[in-house]
Order: sequence, then structure tokens, then C-alpha cells
Amino acid sequence: MPERSAVVVGGNRIPFAKAGTKYAAASSGDMLTAALDGLVARFGLAGQQVGEVAAGAVLKHTRDFNLTREAVLGSALDPHTPACDLQQACGTGLETVIYVANKIRLGQADTGIAGGVDSASDAPIVVSEGLRRALLRASRSKTLLERLKSFASLHPTDLAPVPPGVVEPRTGLSMGESQALTTAEYGLTREAADELALASHRNLARAWDAGFFDDLVTPYLGVTRDTLLRPDTSAEALAKLKPVFGGENGTMTAGNSTALTDGAAVVLLAEEEWARERHWPVLARVVDAQVAATDYVTGNEGLLIAGARAIPVLLERNGLTLADFDLVEIHEAFASTVLATLAQLEADGHGTVDRARLNVNGSSLAAGHPFAATGGRIVATLAKLLAERGPGSRGLISICAAGGQAVTAILEAV
Amino acid sequence: MNVLESLYGTPLGKKAAARLGLAEPPVLRRGRELPRGEIVLATLPGGGVAAEALALLGLSPIDPLLDLPERRTTDDRGRPQPPRYERRPGAVVIDATGVREIAQLEGLRQVLRPAMKGLEASGRVILLATDAADVSDVEAKAVAQAFDGINRTVSKELRGGSTANLVFVRAGTPASDLCSTLSFLLEGRSAFVAGQTWRVGPAKAGDAAGAEYDPARPFTGRIVVVTGAARGIGAEIARTFARDGAAVVAVDVPAAGDALAGVANAVRGSALQLDITVPDAAERIAAHVATVHGPQAKIWAVIHNAGITRDKLLANLDEGRWASVLEVNLAAEMRMNPTLLDPDLPGGLGEQARIVGIASTSGWAGNKGQTNYAASKAGVMGLTWAESAELPDRPVTANAVAPGFIETEMTAAIPFVQREVFRRTNALGQGGRPVDVAETIAYLADPASGGVDGQVVRVCGHNLIGA
Ligand SMILES: NC(=O)c1ccc[n+]([C@@H]2O[C@H](COP(=O)([O-])OP(=O)(O)OC[C@H]3O[C@@H](n4cnc5c(N)ncnc54)[C@H](O)[C@@H]3O)[C@@H](O)[C@H]2O)c1
Repeated sequence: MPERSAVVVGGNRIPFAKAGTKYAAASSGDMLTAALDGLVARFGLAGQQVGEVAAGAVLKHTRDFNLTREAVLGSALDPHTPACDLQQACGTGLETVIYVANKIRLGQADTGIAGGVDSASDAPIVVSEGLRRALLRASRSKTLLERLKSFASLHPTDLAPVPPGVVEPRTGLSMGESQALTTAEYGLTREAADELALASHRNLARAWDAGFFDDLVTPYLGVTRDTLLRPDTSAEALAKLKPVFGGENGTMTAGNSTALTDGAAVVLLAEEEWARERHWPVLARVVDAQVAATDYVTGNEGLLIAGARAIPVLLERNGLTLADFDLVEIHEAFASTVLATLAQLEADGHGTVDRARLNVNGSSLAAGHPFAATGGRIVATLAKLLAERGPGSRGLISICAAGGQAVTAILEAV
Repeated sequence: MNVLESLYGTPLGKKAAARLGLAEPPVLRRGRELPRGEIVLATLPGGGVAAEALALLGLSPIDPLLDLPERRTTDDRGRPQPPRYERRPGAVVIDATGVREIAQLEGLRQVLRPAMKGLEASGRVILLATDAADVSDVEAKAVAQAFDGINRTVSKELRGGSTANLVFVRAGTPASDLCSTLSFLLEGRSAFVAGQTWRVGPAKAGDAAGAEYDPARPFTGRIVVVTGAARGIGAEIARTFARDGAAVVAVDVPAAGDALAGVANAVRGSALQLDITVPDAAERIAAHVATVHGPQAKIWAVIHNAGITRDKLLANLDEGRWASVLEVNLAAEMRMNPTLLDPDLPGGLGEQARIVGIASTSGWAGNKGQTNYAASKAGVMGLTWAESAELPDRPVTANAVAPGFIETEMTAAIPFVQREVFRRTNALGQGGRPVDVAETIAYLADPASGGVDGQVVRVCGHNLIGA
């Protein structure tokens, strides 16, 4: 078999919206279907079969056990299009791109759609452990009296719904609290974090104004732009915000941390020759990918800086250095995640990343971060940017994820 | 919906309305449906092209009843009555292409009188005549104009959703170039086209329908671009072309992308989020066509439907509202066409192609509060005429439709009483539907309509004002 390569053809997402607002009534399935339908319309794929659709969500209801396949069936795609769900915390979106690209390279598919969705508004609410045990006992009991007795031991607090777990199970720390440790360890300043946040808003606003997202976003439920974007924010406005993590003197604020977000994003991939024969746009090749994990449980490493482990492996395998990338996309879980990752890479002798090449059209601080949708947003944005720069332009993506992991990848315009 | 409007919807309200003379309007025959009754053909001396065209369409017309004194009967009150058709005919086609003298107009009266109350619901009167430009003597020119008066009046007198229209057939027009027009007028597709006059001539060299042409699905294998396709008339245009076989490229502003994707997917077409006022709009449309359909693909027809209103009395009209309406409705379209017509542009218009603009009866008759809009829509007519004249050697036609009152979100914004007045003040006593505009556009864009060029066809139910 001749060598096959997987390319990004295009992408589509719905505008990202602050959780609990415009998309509060939409389910993950609704949003993923909307993102798929926009992509289908853009490429005239209605009624056509795609090799496979892979997507996922971080916050998932049990009813969403087959989220992606259901979204495909609800979309305009040919119902013969197979689908699967993948999950790797915030790395989900990029991991689906890697999965589909690998299938394409192996000849198991010629085309595929990768992506993700998350609704922090419609997050599954779990019952307390006490109530769960009581319910189990009740379902096993044979008489009404026994059934009623099962609930006798319940404490009023057992009846309160438990919001989805936002803490790392092994450390009991939330993302923000974990990152605050890293921030302190690297001695990252408030000013540096705010500066990154400001750049994110400015860059994303400029891209919107320039029409960059005209062929990457389809409006949804009356929302036509990312609602967390603050085009007019300033260094002064950001400086006024109170710290939310790291105590009174902490540097992490609502301005330089991502907010809970709802949204969905998908990417169309195809085998390069296949795409060329059909005159599809060939934006960028998916060159390589690497996942790594840190030993964050012992406290020896940060939770969200596994990118600093994955990237060197990727560089080594591809004979590249950081300086070889025209563009770098580091997911802004927190401004300080990006800064800590860069600091660690520099400390390990990989040099630094020119800020003019970093997240040039904004990232999660401005766009918001619907967990599993972030990968699709970044891949589509970067692929289009690289294509605009011309063949040979190279881009690096790093997305940190819960569990101390990071998913990274290289794209190259062809 | 306001109180008045909801009241009007109740049975009591309907009764009251009927007393006021606001009877329920007739339900119009629509779609690719021929009349149920017979087609009557009257060929007046010197005519013949209609008989040939009907034969090409596979239709077998019957002879007309003539209102001659000896054929009349008297009713129970002793009044003379014209002869009556045994079964109500569905259409009366009068081929008056050979009529040149005032005295010959009596022939039309004889055919029309028995038909006026004798047609089935949604019946048709179709007059064919020779254009004043193609006759030489004074009487013939005067007679050519007389047809116009006959047509407009017959249109106003007909009832039950029936329409009358006049087609001026240019000298040398073969029957084959008349078929698409006759078929459109006979079928339900022309439901809301009434009291209108337009011209059909010989198609330009190279503008034939082609061997694989199927009149039931005329756009099979053809790409049609529709701007403003996310909703209203544009969405219906997309659906109508798709029904007739076209691969539709649906264009609308990025902010309408949601609805646009829905329309595109439903017709298995594709969507392009594009503001048509950007300088490279035409290039981006062509690039999209080349991406979705390949660089060899060519656009068969572009339908410039996107449009906006920014109504204000001129006394209150600022430069912003003035400019935006002219920009979207007229300037953008004018800029796009030459680029799309460039034969070297991949994904541009084909060598043989159709351009259809959307004017408005406001552009014809004027409308209070719409100077900017009327300017833009009258401008679309001027553009259509100029473009059609500019392409004498290329099998491309440029035409426009001028909708009257069409029930859409745009017109739903008009206050109820005013809206009801607009609805009622046409010969059909009702507002048109988006599909009526769409069908007329599809007729103009039909591969067999090469003989229809530089025409503006009103889809207004024969507006009583200004037309
Ligand atoms: N509804 C009527 O009674 C009526 C009568 C006469 C003429 N018209 C004309 O028919 C056409 C359609 O009218 P409608 O009633 O469906 O209106 P509509 O407002 O429902 O739809 C018009 C569409 O055009 C789109 N559009 C506007 N500006 C655009 C731009 N710059 N680029 C791309 N798309 C743009 C809009 O987003 C919208 O989807 C218009 O040209 C209108 O002037 C309508």
C-alpha cells in the first residue's frame, strides 16, 4: 500500500457560550449534532457516508453512552456512517483527531470526522453515596415495609444532589488548586498571566472581526460569537479581579482562568490523495502525536504540565526543535498552565516560544473551554492558519488534561 | 399577533370579515400541475406558433366556443347569454400573433366572453401577440398596445384564482422556444403571476436545452447558487431548484449560518456563509463551488435573492440606511456578475448560464417609506436590462422577478391592518407565497427558457396599485 497521510480538510464549531446561559437548555447531543450539521452543510455532505465519526464529552450522562452515534443519526449524514465515543478528559478532542488520522493512515478509513462537545450547564448530577445505597437496598427488598426501612437511615444531606466531580480523585484538589501549586512553584506572576489573558482576548476578537471564523463556526441558538470573549478588556480591568485560587495573594483570577463553557467542535479529516482527487481543501497534514503523563499525585510534578514531557518526545522523534514551528497552540486551561509549560520546556533546554507565534488567534481564556470541544477548535483554527501561511508551515499543539496528562500533535501545511 | 389579528382568525371574525366583503380568498393551484379541464386553443388569423408549441408539450387542445349572436341563448330572465362550455375548461390560449388590425380584436372578444365565467378554479387565460417593435404600420403598433389593456382588464375580471397573462412573441421565435413559457403559464407554478406581460424571442445561438434535458427535472446535474437562502423566499428558491434536480449552493451571512445549514442539508446542497457585500464575494462563491463540486464544475444559474429593507420616510432617512440598502440589493449583485461570468474562473458561471435578480413592485410603483429600497429594486431592473444587452453573443440570459406582497418574515413585520390591505389589493385577493416567486425564478432559469431574456416578471397577483 502506498504511504497514506491524513489531512485536515476543514472544521466547524458552534460559538462557545458561558455555561448556564444561551445553551443551558441544549444537551451535549444537540450541540454535537449542530456542529456536525454545520460541517456537513459547508462541505455538501448531506446524505453522504463518512468513514467514521469519533467524538466525546468529559461530562456525560449515562443516557449518552452512545453520544456520537446518536449525534450522527440526528445529523444530515448518511445513517450508515459509523461512530464511536472516546474520552480522555480535556485531551478528548485532540485524541479523536489522532484516532481518526491513524485510521486514515492505516487504510481503515478514507475520511472521518473528529471532535467533541461539553455542556457544563447540563452536567450530570449524581446522588449521594448514602442515597445510592438506600436505593439499592430498596430495590432488593420484598415488602413495602422493608422498602420504607431502607430509607430510615438516610440523613437529610444525603438527599442533596452531588455536582459532578471537579476535583482530582487522588489529591482531592480542584484543577485551580492544583494549578495554584504549580504557579507558586514556578514563581509565575500575576502580570504575566494577565498579559497572556489579554492577548488571548485581543487575538480572538481580531480574528472574529477579520471574518476568520466565517468558515469555521456556524451560529447556534441565536449565538453568533463566543460569548466569553471580552474584546474591550484591558490590563487594568484584569488587574482589578480578585484571586480565586492560591489564597489571598494568589495570582489566579477569573480573568486568567477558563470559565465553565458549553460548546461543540468537529474537524473533517481525509486521506491526502483522496482529498486531492475530490478537490477538497488540504489545509494541513497530521504529522505526529504524543501523549504523556506526570507523576502529579506525589506532588513532584504539576498536574497540568505534562505537555513539557510530551513535546520533547515529539520533537526528538521528528528531528525538530521548538524554533521549527511557525505557530504554537498551547491550550489555556489557565494562563499559568501555558507559562509553566513553557518555563519547564525552557528549563529542560528546549528553548522558548516566541509569543508572536503563540495562540495567535486566541485560545481558551477568550473562547472558553467546553472541555472535549477544545481540541477540535484548536486543530481547525491551526490548520487554517497554517494553510494561509503556505506549504511547509508547521504548527504544534499541546492540550493538558485531568489526571496529569497532555495530548500533543504536529500539523504541517502541504 | 395583535388583538385585531387574533380576532380576525376566529370563526366570528371570519363571518364579520365576509360581511365586509373580505371573503376567504380562493386556494390557488400550485406546483407542476396542469389544469384539470381541457385546454382551449383559439388561433386567430395569421397565428400558429401556439398550436405547434402545445403539440411539442404533448397537449391536445380543443376548439373554442365563440360568442357569435346566433350561438347565444337566453336565460330565464330573457337576457342573451354567451354559449357555455359543457365542462369548465382549465385554460384558454389565444394565439393572436397574426392580429394587426383593430377590427380583428373582435376575435379576442368572441373567444374570451364565454370563458370569463366558464373557467375552472385557478384557470388560465394566455394571450400570445406580436410585439409592437416587430410590426411596421401604425395600426398594428396600436393594436399591439391594445392587447395590454385587454390582458390587464381580463386579469381583474377573472374570479376563482384564475389569471390572465400576455406574452409578446418576437418575430422568428420557433415554437420550441415558447414551450417553457406556455408550460409555466398553464401549470400551477404561475399561480401568483397575473395581469403580466413579457416577451419571448428566439434563443441565442448555443442556448438550447440539450439532449439530456428533462422538463420535469430541468436542473438535473446543474449547480444553482442562491443568495439570501437561509430563510423566506431564498430558502424556498433553494427547495424549488432542488426539487427540480439542482445541486444548490445556499449563501447567506455568517450570522444566519445556523438556518442556512438547515436549508442546505435539507436539500442536500451545500452552505456558504458569506456577506455578499465583501469585495471578493464572487471569487469566494466560485471557490466554494470548485471545492464542493470540483474545479471543472460550472455554475448554471445564480439567483441574487439576498436583500434588506431599512424603511424610513425620506424626511427621516439618513445616509447609513440609504447606503446599506443600495449596497446589498444592487451594488453587490452588480459587482459579482462580471467576475462570475469570467470564463477562466474555476467554479464561475458556465458558458451557457442564467442570471436572475429580485426586483420588487416597490421598485415599479414606488412605496411610501422605501425610497432607498425602491431605488435599489428599480436599479435591479435596469441592471437586468443592461446586462442582457451586454451579452449578445453568449448563451446567457439575465432576467428578474418583481415580487409583490409575499408572506415572509420580512412582510410579517408590517402592521396587521396595513398588511391585510397589501394582501387584498391584488386581483387574486391574497398574499403570494415564497414558492410562487421561486417557481417563477426557476422558469426564468430553465435550460429551455433561452428565449426569455432581459425580462422582469412581476409575481404580485396583479397588484391593483401601480401596475
Ligand atoms: N417578502 C416580500 O414580500 C418581498 C417583496 C418584494 C421583494 N422581495 C425581495 O425578495 C428577496 C427575499 O426576501 P425575503 O422576504 O425572503 O426576505 P428575508 O429578510 O426573509 O430574507 C433575506 C435573506 O437575505 C439575507 N441577506 C441579507 N443581507 C445579506 C448579505 N449582505 N449577504 C448575504 N445574505 C444577506 C438575509 O440574512 C436573509 O436570510 C429580497 O431581495 C427582497 O427584497 C420580497
